[in-house]
Amino acid sequence: MSGRERILGRVRRALADVGEEHPGAAARGGAAHAGGEPGRDGTAPGGAPRDGVARDYLRVHGERTAAERVGLLATHLADYRAHVHRTDAAGLPGTLAALLAARGARRVAVPEGLPADWLSASAATPVPDTPALTARDLDAVDSVVTGCAVAIAETGTLVLDAGPGQGRRQLTLVPDHHVCVVHVPEQVVDSLPQALERLVPHRPLTWISGPSATSDIELSRVEGVHGPRALDVVLLSADASPTAPPSPR
Amino acid sequence: MTRIHLGMPAPPGAAPAFPDAAEHSTRDTTLRNNLRHATHTIRAKRAAAVAELADWGELRAAGAAIKDHTLRHLDHYLEQVEAAVTAAGGQVHWAVDAAEANAIVTRLVRETGEREVVKVKSMATQEIGLNEALAAAGITAYETDLAELIVQLGQDLPSHILVPAIHRNRAEIRDIFRTQMSRWGRPAPAGLTDEPAELAEAARLHLREKFLSAKVAVSGANFVVAETGTLVVVESEGNGRMCLTLPETLISVVGIEKVIPSWRDLEVFLQLLPRSSTAERMNPYTSMWTGVTDDDGPAAFHLVLLDNGRTDALADQVGRQALRCIRCSACLNVCPVYERAGGHAYGSAYPGPIGAILTPQLRGTVSALDASLPYASSLCGACYEVCPVAIDIPEVLVRLRERVVEGGPVTVRGTRAVIRPARGHAAERAAMRAARWAFEHPRALRAGQRLASRTRALHPRRLPGPGRAWTRSRDLPEVPAESFRDWWQRTRGDRGTA
Repeated sequence: MSGRERILGRVRRALADVGEEHPGAAARGGAAHAGGEPGRDGTAPGGAPRDGVARDYLRVHGERTAAERVGLLATHLADYRAHVHRTDAAGLPGTLAALLAARGARRVAVPEGLPADWLSASAATPVPDTPALTARDLDAVDSVVTGCAVAIAETGTLVLDAGPGQGRRQLTLVPDHHVCVVHVPEQVVDSLPQALERLVPHRPLTWISGPSATSDIELSRVEGVHGPRALDVVLLSADASPTAPPSPR
Repeated sequence: MTRIHLGMPAPPGAAPAFPDAAEHSTRDTTLRNNLRHATHTIRAKRAAAVAELADWGELRAAGAAIKDHTLRHLDHYLEQVEAAVTAAGGQVHWAVDAAEANAIVTRLVRETGEREVVKVKSMATQEIGLNEALAAAGITAYETDLAELIVQLGQDLPSHILVPAIHRNRAEIRDIFRTQMSRWGRPAPAGLTDEPAELAEAARLHLREKFLSAKVAVSGANFVVAETGTLVVVESEGNGRMCLTLPETLISVVGIEKVIPSWRDLEVFLQLLPRSSTAERMNPYTSMWTGVTDDDGPAAFHLVLLDNGRTDALADQVGRQALRCIRCSACLNVCPVYERAGGHAYGSAYPGPIGAILTPQLRGTVSALDASLPYASSLCGACYEVCPVAIDIPEVLVRLRERVVEGGPVTVRGTRAVIRPARGHAAERAAMRAARWAFEHPRALRAGQRLASRTRALHPRRLPGPGRAWTRSRDLPEVPAESFRDWWQRTRGDRGTA
């Protein structure tokens, strides 16, 4: 018998009791099984079993205006030692050029689909992302500039989905300096549940909350182990004024 | 029914029973200081991170309910995982036990023609002894998590789920790097000090060459989403991203209990796990991948689904809740027994309270070590309070004590069997000694004796003495953290010198 058949057989024998109430079945005090989840008999053949889980947790932790949401994102990014900058479309090339120059970046990786004018003011040599660009090549690149798919205010998280302007996963991993541009407020959601709704599971996803870090030595936090040691986040508003009133969502 | 040999092979070196190992480790002042500092620091940070979410209780209940639901329909969801991963270009393998899993991974590595693999920190591969199995086949596995690197270079064993080198201080780590790095690759920089930032830099340099040249990586996973076939790995350092992204072949060894049904379920676990584990709102890096993606990441992906005793635990109506565990390690950081004994005394990949209920269920209770693990607890209940998926660890501990003392029906490698009681009441003796070293306090020792004797009762819900506080707390849906601390201070406040 194959490993598959043996394991599935053992699972089915182990679950011979389900459908009865038993002490290990539910979280004490959990409302999930109030009224009794149907046992295995209630499962439609071949169909997905209904989970009967009470999802009475919050979708969002607090009500915010769009401006407040962006402000919270900035605060939480900074909490995890990302450097946060704000600008608008006109100021972006100058901001990016300054951030790259401050790091002394001579070569900068550029994902496909990054707007051409973003790096128009930078003196750094662009290195376009292509399948032929190896990790070893990227090891000789100083910085990378990307956009993102969505940003989460409550956790200070950027999510990249390898879409346009984001590149392959290794692009934002091997260089030591990552500059990530977030369109605000439209790319910013309040909460993790809202972010999952916006993402496509089949894309390779990288969630980033601050620069790489370790606390493995006496729990003393050190920024930068294997991923980029410096993370600059540029909050790009469509409006001319960085403190513009929120646009309706 | 005839008496049969139980469980997996004993851990290397015929590990001593918990009280014997603990008697040794509790005398190690450096170890105790390291552990105390570490566990108390994480404990306080976790409490603050959890307090930020007003709906923690609801998230916790949902996490437990999703896991229970998944376990009830585990056959369905495993088949769904297989179909989804296969459709996304991955290959799925099924391993009944450690030996099968090791053989599968060894074969897959050999088929690539490579002799080296890089590894992401993984509890499952530690549990099955994969590195040793690969070494026996002439394949070198490089651990890339900083703490795992410290452990591997020091020819040591992990002692904590989250921070495996928690028992080492910075001076010890510097010495290990200075003397051992050159044996494995790039030597430590000259003049290396014991500053954590310098030590981390030394690890970065040491491992970078390995990441850039590695063709094969081995990982575990925190979650596998059945409906999409998506695997999720949470980490901090970026070594996980390196291993999951750069090599040509990725092999992920995942326990069958890691499955969750839907994409949406991640909204519960990605809120519960980081705050319980590293006490962060979100860990620095989370990677999600589904099969293979053209021109981005590994071209070959293998998922090895591992049983290795999990279906035996699933067969126990009380014990199966241990399979909800998401390996956050919050229970270790609040455990008075773990704080004193350290992780090595538990003799498996899973230390602390969760190890005390998981290991005897995965391996059986035949060895002296595994039979003593259910006694490595004062039943104070702090582990249950902090568990993000509400595993009632004391309840399972008592259940396993009954099994050790009274014997009875169990499932062993998929077969129903009846085990005999432990001979000569060795288990109770172990309990006495555990209480003595853990508390060094006559009153607590008496309590331990009473608790141990009560394990013979049919329904161990109402406990005398200090145990009454635990009984009371179990009736409440949510217990304020202060209640335990107050209780602990009151019963332990006058504890003498160690």
